Amino acid sequence: MTVTLTHYLVLGALLFVCGALCMALKRNGIGVLMGVELVLNGANVNFVALAHFNPAFAVEGQIFALFVIVMAAAEAAIALAIVLNFYNNHLSVDVDTAEELKG
Amino acid sequence: MSTNELQAILFYLVAAITALCAIGVVVTQHIVRAATWLLFTLAGTAGVFFLLGADFVAAIQILVYVGGTLVLVVFGVMLTAQSPFISLRASAAEWAIGTVVGFLLFGMLAVSLYSANWNFPEPGQTASPKNSMNSVVLGESLLGFEEATPAANMTGFPPGAAPPSRKAVAYLLPFEIVSVHLLVVLIGAAYLARARRRRQATST
Repeated sequence: MTVTLTHYLVLGALLFVCGALCMALKRNGIGVLMGVELVLNGANVNFVALAHFNPAFAVEGQIFALFVIVMAAAEAAIALAIVLNFYNNHLSVDVDTAEELKG
Repeated sequence: MSTNELQAILFYLVAAITALCAIGVVVTQHIVRAATWLLFTLAGTAGVFFLLGADFVAAIQILVYVGGTLVLVVFGVMLTAQSPFISLRASAAEWAIGTVVGFLLFGMLAVSLYSANWNFPEPGQTASPKNSMNSVVLGESLLGFEEATPAANMTGFPPGAAPPSRKAVAYLLPFEIVSVHLLVVLIGAAYLARARRRRQATST
């Protein structure tokens, strides 16, 4: 009964699938943003797990995970600004109402 | 109880909490509840990082994600909510398709993960405080000190090729780029969220 790399990678895959489904199924713009956060967390679990189990990746995995966290913070800030702008224009956060650019 | 068993029990506990809360984010219809589930998912992920011996990353995860990003998301929810509990439901057909696609995707990923064989140069180090990657080691590796990076060969080479011995790699420049990027993004976000309001104030 020992925890191998595959266990952690399966957890990361589950987080990724949940995030992808969240992005696809939520009609709230902030819900889509939460899906992106879940996907990035799944990637982070993979990074840190490989940093733990692969000695050649011990430093890089954690540093890349830190970079991903910073990038996620930046992405959340800019996406929330866009959602706020969208709400000011449409008085709704329903992503289905964003269809002005539809051809 | 051996260390391995304790680690396995802790892993299954934390992983179950994380996975259930992640599923809760997808399933729930209220955005406030989704934010709460997301909070526990992020905290559970920090627990997984602790189990993997990445103390600093776990602390940063709690500080930045749970303390910063999630608060930002909750403020976004508060600023854009028409009613206390807005619910924008997807239709049943969309849910059915989404569930099928999700199970297929997860099944594919899990099968490919279980069928992959990872041959790493040496077995993974145990998560003891002695060889945990603390913030000092991470900072030294950012600056490119050779003693901070373990002397292991790189992986991912075909069996015939001789892997080059590992050289110290400094991540200071990417770190600076990320910092400047974050600054630019925050200024841009403040500008985006402000300009709109000013125009609205003049139009009313």
